[in-house]
Amino acid sequence: MNSKKIEFLNKSAKEVRKNIIQMSTRAKSAHTGGALSCVEILIALYFEIMNVDSKNPYKDDRDRLVFSKAHDAKALYAVLAEKGFFDKKILDGYELNGGRLPGHSTRNCVPGVEISAGSLGHGLSMATGMAYAGKIDDKTYKVFCILSDGECDEGSTWEAIMFAGHHKLDNLVTVVDYNKLQGFGYTKNVLDLEPFSQKWKSFGWEAIEVDGHGFEELIKTFKKVPLKKGRPTVVIAHTTKGLGGVLKHINQVSSQYRPPTKEEAEDAITELEKL
Amino acid sequence: MRIAFVNTLQELAKKNKDIMLLTNDLGFSVFEKYIEELPKQYLNMGVAEQNMTGVAAGMAMEGKTPFVYSIVPFVTMRNFEQIRNDICYQNLNVKIIGVGAGFSYGPYGHTHHGLEDIGILRTLANLTIICPGDPIEAELAVKKAIKINGPVYIRLGRAGEPIVYSKKPKFTVGKGLIVREGKDITIIATSTMIYSGKEVAKQLNKRGISVRLISMHTIKPLDKEIVLESTIKTKAVFSLEEHSIIGGLGSAVSEVIAENAISIPFKRIGVPDRFTKEIGDQEYMRKANNLSVEQITKTIIKNLETND
Repeated sequence: MNSKKIEFLNKSAKEVRKNIIQMSTRAKSAHTGGALSCVEILIALYFEIMNVDSKNPYKDDRDRLVFSKAHDAKALYAVLAEKGFFDKKILDGYELNGGRLPGHSTRNCVPGVEISAGSLGHGLSMATGMAYAGKIDDKTYKVFCILSDGECDEGSTWEAIMFAGHHKLDNLVTVVDYNKLQGFGYTKNVLDLEPFSQKWKSFGWEAIEVDGHGFEELIKTFKKVPLKKGRPTVVIAHTTKGLGGVLKHINQVSSQYRPPTKEEAEDAITELEKL
Repeated sequence: MRIAFVNTLQELAKKNKDIMLLTNDLGFSVFEKYIEELPKQYLNMGVAEQNMTGVAAGMAMEGKTPFVYSIVPFVTMRNFEQIRNDICYQNLNVKIIGVGAGFSYGPYGHTHHGLEDIGILRTLANLTIICPGDPIEAELAVKKAIKINGPVYIRLGRAGEPIVYSKKPKFTVGKGLIVREGKDITIIATSTMIYSGKEVAKQLNKRGISVRLISMHTIKPLDKEIVLESTIKTKAVFSLEEHSIIGGLGSAVSEVIAENAISIPFKRIGVPDRFTKEIGDQEYMRKANNLSVEQITKTIIKNLETND
């Protein structure tokens, strides 16, 4: 991939991160870490992979993005705004009285948000229903579903995984934002997901593990999906809550709930500028 | 009612390829004909009710009209949050079909009884709730539900329910049906108890009490006018349902009476707030809960005497 394109994507990621931190600080809201960990995933999909048109957000043949980890909705909002789906000023009202953007993304709250979610373990079933409907009607669209790792504790998620594998829904692509930190602890201590890829494979999926912050790797992988005809694909994206040591307080269990203070936000944005 | 449901659905689905029937690995001896004729419009989801409900929501977003079908508790309680968030919150065109109202699955035990479904579902915005009382109402309910572009719950009995109507009634969603007119008391019945209401009315009539019987097949939106009219036209009102006395038809009717500051003798007749210790068929279970025709008749007479 040419370096100019990567440079542009990195610049967009920086903008999106800034907006996420500002939304968190302004609304004193939770879930900053998990929003920051899926930024590259969303930008890669919306800017390079998915067939979407911000001027015609509901066109019939668009690829669908089902954002199941809706507690991290500010990442989705910031990326959609960056892509031009709606005016960035709307971000200012995130989680605030009279604003349009609820903490957990709601269908059509702004153009581009496909589903309402917020209770974990619902999104993959809905994505699966959309993919199944597409198959039986010979539609060409793909359905991308973004899951959190914590959400893979839910039984309903595994019901959907089993169903999609059984029905060979190769128009369905799940991306797990595997940041290894869930609500109140490390995933490996709360409920270990490993061997994670093997679990999906044994349910009839193709699984691949990638660096969830590397644009080149993400885009290369997404361009290849479905990895195998007749099998749904899961991309297990290894990520870091808050993106590494740069945003110090955010790469901690506490980032699930504690919003950054004004100083921390300023520090983080300064650090971002240096990247 | 199951057969009336599936036959009606089959007729509708033949003309509309977007209708999908989703089940949870049940329907033996009920769905074979449908599956044979419309294999592409049927999907056995496996024993996974939560996923079935979410998948139905996803399909509805793509223009399908899914009917999700299972036994009442499994299609309303196991997946309640999916009904709330995926279907009602997003106001999607999904029809939820619960089979086994009240004690229809009596001998199977409490896990299979449908006694709390109306109570919990009545709290959900956007949801229409229809509880047909016989195969004719079941057929009409399905035909009307398909015309509603939004979520509908249809509560069915099981098999072999007696026919309430001698000719097809004029069935409108949200409008109670006057099964018989009377001037002394009103019985407002729903679902599997509409036929019992008719029998009770006959018994009371023999004792000189003239009964106005209403089939309240739609619980939501509730026909408030017919409730208010009944409080004017008759001197006492009784609600009758094979559902917990908490949260169902009786609660809905009492809300109307209370909020209109009407002073009239009123009693909810339904399943008491308890898990029945005995087990038996539907008739047995009704008796164990004071819901046989004779017991209901007695309850009403006693209540009228007390209020005299």
